[in-house]
Amino acid sequence: MQHTPFDLQLLNACAAILLLLSFAMLAQRRIVALVNLLALQGAMLFIATMLLAWRTGQNHLYVSAALTLGLKVIALPWLLHGLIKRLNVQWDSEPLLNVPGTMLIGLVTVVFSFGLAQPIAQLASTATRNSLGIAVAVILLAFITMITRRKAMSQVVGFLSMENGLFFGAMSATYGMPMIVEFGVALDVLVAMLVLGVFFFQIREQFDSLDLANLESLKEDQ
Amino acid sequence: MSTVAWLTQFLEVLAALTLAPLFLGWVNACRAWLQNRRAPSVLLPYHGIRKLFHKDAVIAASASPLFRLAPYVVFGAMVAAAAVIPSMGTGLPFRSAADAIALVGLLAIARVFMSLAAMDIGTAFGTLGARRDMMIGFLAEPALLMVIFVASLISATTALPLIAERVMVQPLALYPSLAFTAVAFTMVLLAENARIPVDNPATHLELTMIHEAMLLEYSARHLALMEWAAALKLFNYACIGFALFVPWGASIGETGIGPLALSIPALLAKLGVAGLWLALLETVSAKLRVFRAPEFMATAFMFAVLGLLVHLLLGA
Repeated sequence: MQHTPFDLQLLNACAAILLLLSFAMLAQRRIVALVNLLALQGAMLFIATMLLAWRTGQNHLYVSAALTLGLKVIALPWLLHGLIKRLNVQWDSEPLLNVPGTMLIGLVTVVFSFGLAQPIAQLASTATRNSLGIAVAVILLAFITMITRRKAMSQVVGFLSMENGLFFGAMSATYGMPMIVEFGVALDVLVAMLVLGVFFFQIREQFDSLDLANLESLKEDQ
Repeated sequence: MSTVAWLTQFLEVLAALTLAPLFLGWVNACRAWLQNRRAPSVLLPYHGIRKLFHKDAVIAASASPLFRLAPYVVFGAMVAAAAVIPSMGTGLPFRSAADAIALVGLLAIARVFMSLAAMDIGTAFGTLGARRDMMIGFLAEPALLMVIFVASLISATTALPLIAERVMVQPLALYPSLAFTAVAFTMVLLAENARIPVDNPATHLELTMIHEAMLLEYSARHLALMEWAAALKLFNYACIGFALFVPWGASIGETGIGPLALSIPALLAKLGVAGLWLALLETVSAKLRVFRAPEFMATAFMFAVLGLLVHLLLGA
């Protein structure tokens, strides 16, 4: 067993908890808890970014950590909770969800993404390159979360979780994206969130529910 | 083998036999305190076992010899398991036989015989309990094996005493994989020992019971052995947990009498904390419907596999 420095151990622990939170989101039926898990994932990302910034001395990582804290831990969950309250869907839960089956698919996905990331991680020169597999896994698990959900709200949470995974991947492979890209992505996510918030109201006005199964049938068929 | 090693071995089995009912009593007492009830005596399980040994056994007319044999097999398997788990010291004479996979096999033998005996009489309750127990078992066993594999990967051996030894010797480090598997192990422990999220040990004659349903036909000394075996199982699981995750306090290798003497209070302290922790978990969680139990076990399995994957990827 080789000895790893303590801050790297902490970073690895953060990465592991990120993965665990993705699984928790995959199994969570209730929308309010889902948003809280998303906020927790953002908080983990914030801690990991701070640790990495402190470890590598790259000052721009502090900025992106602050961005993560402001956007993903405070602003987006606050917006989502507000939307949930205004749409009055606090007690919404996903009816069709085979939790053991979803988890097994999730585990296979994790194995797949670890295998996928291995050769890429060999090319990276960062100390955290092993976490790249976890970042890919978080992205794919968020995909599964989006695919298995029927409610618009949970799909948006899955989308935001995917963004978390992308951010973590960039961080572990190259110590973060260029600042301008990071700001761009942050703005994109925020705008997407606002637009989707408007969409929620439109969807509900049309169909009296946020169930996206309603969007699957064409108008001519009815 | 030195005399101290044999003494360790002897003391371990003796401690398991004598402390197991006490541990069960301690968990029950803690649970009562946490639920604002007056606790029964910690020694209550001893009284129950003693009372049962003094009664005359009643056996159903349709019982086969297997029904009489089962309590001895189950009890024997649990004592054998207690002998290979390094609860006090790692320098055991049975060390070469103390393979973790063999240990899981011993626990499986006990389960198979218990289920067969429950089905033997042919009552509805016994069969129902046996089937449910097999369902829980086949879901819990993979999770338990995964937990052991993670610990084995980290310390490069499947022998439980060696795992405990390596955990104690190596420098302290943060292992997210071990943390995940510890959660999985706790869930397996609760399910395997018929504790609250899966089965309620305090109920009797309810449609949701699992463990109790299998013992309904037993009486007197057979029942005493079965209950003692159940207490031993809980004790064994707790000691497996200590060996995998918190082995500190046990004597390492073949040492003198000093570390052995020190390991006894260490074991008692660990058991005390574990009992309190178990009682707390049982108090804050509600019993699941039987059909939700697979979900519970799938979560345990997920935790264990996640620990394995995280270890393989991060090496931590």
